Amino acid sequence: MTYNSPNYLNAEKGLRSWFLTLDHKRIAVMYLVLVVAAFALGGFFAMLIRLELLTPGPTIMDAMTYNRMFTLHGVIMIFLFMIPAIPSIFGNFLLPLMLGAEDVAFPRINLFTVYLYLIGAAIAVWGMIQGGTFYTPYSTTTVTTVAPVLLGAFILGMGSVLTGLNFIVTIHTLRAPGLTWMRLPLFVWAMYATSVIQVLATPVLGMTLLLVAVEKAFGFGIFDPARGGDPILFQHLFWFYSHPAVYIMVLPAMAVVSEVVQAFARKNIFGYKAVAFSSLGIAFVGFFVWGHHLFTSGQSTFASGIFGVLSMFVGIFTAIKVFNWTATLYKGAIHVAAPFVYFLGFLYFLMFGGLTGIALSTVSLDVHWQDTYFVVAHFHFIMVGATIMAFLAGLHYWWPKMFGRMYSERWALAAAVLVILGFNATFIPQFLLGNMGMPRRYYSYPEQFWSLNVASTAGASLLAFGFLIVLAYLVVSLVNGRVAGPNPWGSRGYEWNTPSPPSVLNFPETPTITRSAHDYQDALEGEVTHAH
Amino acid sequence: MNEINEFLRNLLFLPKQASEYARSIDHLHFFVFVSSMIGAWTVVATTLVFIVRYRRRRALQTTEHVDPKPIQEAVFVGVPLALFLAFFAIGYPQYVTLQTPPKDASDVYVMAKKWMWKFAYPGGPNSTDVLRVPVGRPIRLLLTSRDVIHSFFVPALRLKQDVLPGRYTQTWFQASEPGRYPIFCAEYCGLGHSAMLGELVVMPAGEFDSWMEQQRRTNHAAAQDEQPIASEDVDFRGNLLEQGRRVAVVQGCFKCHSVDGSQHVGPTWLDLYNRKVKLEDGRSVVADEAYLTRSMMEPNAEIVAGYKPVMPTFQGKLSAPEAAAIVEFIKSLRTDAATPEPQKGPIYVPVSGK
Amino acid sequence: MPTEAAATPQLAHHFPSLEAQEHAARMGMWLFLATEILLFTVLFTAYAVYRFLFPTGFEDASKFAHVALGATNTVVLITSSLTVALAIYYARQGESRKTVALLAVTIAFGAAFLVLKGFEYHDHFVEGQLPGRYYHFEGLSGPGVSMYFTLYFLMTGLHGLHVVVGMGVLTWVAVRAARGDFSRSYSTPVELGGLYWHLVDLIWIFLFPLFYLL
Repeated sequence: MTYNSPNYLNAEKGLRSWFLTLDHKRIAVMYLVLVVAAFALGGFFAMLIRLELLTPGPTIMDAMTYNRMFTLHGVIMIFLFMIPAIPSIFGNFLLPLMLGAEDVAFPRINLFTVYLYLIGAAIAVWGMIQGGTFYTPYSTTTVTTVAPVLLGAFILGMGSVLTGLNFIVTIHTLRAPGLTWMRLPLFVWAMYATSVIQVLATPVLGMTLLLVAVEKAFGFGIFDPARGGDPILFQHLFWFYSHPAVYIMVLPAMAVVSEVVQAFARKNIFGYKAVAFSSLGIAFVGFFVWGHHLFTSGQSTFASGIFGVLSMFVGIFTAIKVFNWTATLYKGAIHVAAPFVYFLGFLYFLMFGGLTGIALSTVSLDVHWQDTYFVVAHFHFIMVGATIMAFLAGLHYWWPKMFGRMYSERWALAAAVLVILGFNATFIPQFLLGNMGMPRRYYSYPEQFWSLNVASTAGASLLAFGFLIVLAYLVVSLVNGRVAGPNPWGSRGYEWNTPSPPSVLNFPETPTITRSAHDYQDALEGEVTHAH
Repeated sequence: MNEINEFLRNLLFLPKQASEYARSIDHLHFFVFVSSMIGAWTVVATTLVFIVRYRRRRALQTTEHVDPKPIQEAVFVGVPLALFLAFFAIGYPQYVTLQTPPKDASDVYVMAKKWMWKFAYPGGPNSTDVLRVPVGRPIRLLLTSRDVIHSFFVPALRLKQDVLPGRYTQTWFQASEPGRYPIFCAEYCGLGHSAMLGELVVMPAGEFDSWMEQQRRTNHAAAQDEQPIASEDVDFRGNLLEQGRRVAVVQGCFKCHSVDGSQHVGPTWLDLYNRKVKLEDGRSVVADEAYLTRSMMEPNAEIVAGYKPVMPTFQGKLSAPEAAAIVEFIKSLRTDAATPEPQKGPIYVPVSGK
Repeated sequence: MPTEAAATPQLAHHFPSLEAQEHAARMGMWLFLATEILLFTVLFTAYAVYRFLFPTGFEDASKFAHVALGATNTVVLITSSLTVALAIYYARQGESRKTVALLAVTIAFGAAFLVLKGFEYHDHFVEGQLPGRYYHFEGLSGPGVSMYFTLYFLMTGLHGLHVVVGMGVLTWVAVRAARGDFSRSYSTPVELGGLYWHLVDLIWIFLFPLFYLL
């Protein structure tokens, strides 16, 4: 087992070679550092929220600070972690490798997005010290300094759009000879669908936030009822982006697990076309369901009906994937390692969380649940339970490829168990709190909600501890880890046809693709793996 | 049947079913919950069976290339889709019911402002944070906000409706169980959001009627109000508009303001609402609820150009509900009764939902 | 005058051929234009919603739009799209001098557009036909009127900003053309700059009837 050198990590040295790099792999690693830092920051604010909610009354902070806490937690997690994480780290690192290319279509734009992320993040976090919520007229009429947050979000959005644009062009124009659309790894299909949403939906958010900023600054009255404006128009514009945005957050997760399940079951995906096209289906139908966030806003019952029924269809595309991932295990050769454990976590939580989404779309039930902890639990099941599990699955699967070293499997399995248990303990009580009627964004609450809040905080502590362990052994592995070699998992994904870590230009010459990625029917000459 | 209902209700930590439609909503909830659990746990069990049965036995073990049969895809899509559409088919008519007050519902006006709920009965008393209703009679709520978006939420009723500034939204319920139930605000509205609590008091019909009678007779703020304001003396005859007109008479507004467009000491109230008025200092403002209310409380802050600063303040003389009633009255004074612009929601007549 | 042979760009290492690189550049530009369209769609949606809510207010307010100036501006922009299309044509022929000249004319038309717009804005300022709470025009009031002007300034303002950006892009392309960077085999930046300018023109073609004619 050899550690490839020189590789993209050590070929050029010095800070300048990193900060001005055009190598998609180095850009991916920079994003990894930034995104993990953002996750830690967002997680820190989450812990503060949970600490405050340990008692019904004030615990460690006042109401204004609490407002800042949930604002910081939410905005950081969504814009600085959930949306960029998998695309900017794994998309950047793997797309050229999976396509047989040397880099993405526009490397300089790729580097530019890193700086957009940094600048947008700095401005937004600085602005969020004030706190608030985006809904008008609260955001436009109260003392909250919403403008820096809006500007920061706008800049972050630009980065998101440019990343999506880059990926779409890369997938269209840089496929190696022989790599037809129907041979594309499913990771690529899902990243493509994600990029389409990023490109089409983000500008809508950008403009809407700009309008809020303008209204706040100049009182133009676009959303102000006193000047003929309509606050519900804001909600429609906001959710027109924000619903597709959740698919920006979950499609990349689906991209990752399609690869992980095939590699760890050593089996072709059950229903390649269904999985590939359902990603596009989610992207498309996802644009037409935003009104399910407005069932109690006073919109017409007719509109609510349309949005409700369309939301059921969007759920079906996910159900197709769940069945197909499960069916992939049939007649497989399954190896239960950390990536696969996270895959299972992803699958289960996507299923249960997704079903609560279907339940929320059942219009009459949403009247009770809207703006309660039931919704909070639902989206955390998907965002943490599905996306973060998938992120961890991908991180563990591709860690040896990115860094040439293996982490400790024992620590990884232990941490995975902690994370999964902690996750359940944190969020299942929140479903029950929602059923009881506890609204969101509550700083203080009546006594009847006390014990479930304590349970949730306890779970959150366990979850946080699990994440810290993951960080610890991964960092240690960079120094102490066993050398991985080109393909420790014996996976037939195209990206494993490179040394670990990959060389600067990825391939000595452009490969020609002659088979689908994950096809394990026949023995492959020269295939090599670890014996675990 | 009732035991199953109670069992599941308690399992899921749902509050008492205190409205007529709460039961059916909860039954749908149970159906969704149980069928989802069955489906999901079946998948979980399947994965666990597969993991054991198809565990890897050799390092580079090969596997059969399995392709789906059309029937399998049809079942995997068809069964969940049918189930989801069933959920929708039951839930949507329920939702329409929730949005459609019966024609014989009695109205209560709800005004939300940071951070309290104000209730007013047409021809009845006003109250803060406590809403009394009779059992077994449909009640329609007409909700508006004085400032930002709030949301009126009564978990025990399974009822929620966003409350918007500048327009009215409506919802309705029929309480089925006497008792006291919490009211929450469910849309973030500022620092006092989690303190914006109210209480729904559901009384047996007879008790409610006697209470209402007593309110109309005694003319006093009853002990149910938690935050009595300067004066709760309101004449209870007639509806909110009537109330407003009477208060205006009592307070002497018509000494200086006309209602027919004629010039007088103060601006005429005819067509005043939402009119662009030019102020003494050159600025222009729209005479909306906020401006009209401010004019009553701080009359010299924003004087209309051409008028003298002679209006006295009514701070302390007018309670908030009274001021609101006057504003409602002013809003009703328009030369064109038929609105040229589309309605922004239900106005004062029992409608059968949008 | 640089020879054509010298005016070929470096083929980026990660593209298999120049055609692939140019195809990618064009695709990227089209996607970027799609995002610009979506940006404006938000404002067009707001316009549609408020026009529906305040039909008389909008109709009355639009009588104060300067149709003559707006129509002139429309002709100016359409003509500029013609000149930029000609610039692309000549760039493809390798005729750098004509390319630079036509780009300069296009930029001049853009400047003319902004000047005329400036006159319009000045007039509205003087009359008090301003957005939201700044509206103080005596000659017309009522629901929706100030909203019309709010949307007018927001949409034409954002469009004006894009005109400025477009002029900047075309200036940079013109400088490169003057340096001899383009030839028969390579003129993609001129095409891409021209595409952006066409979008700017297209958006105006939608704005003009909505604010001046309806």
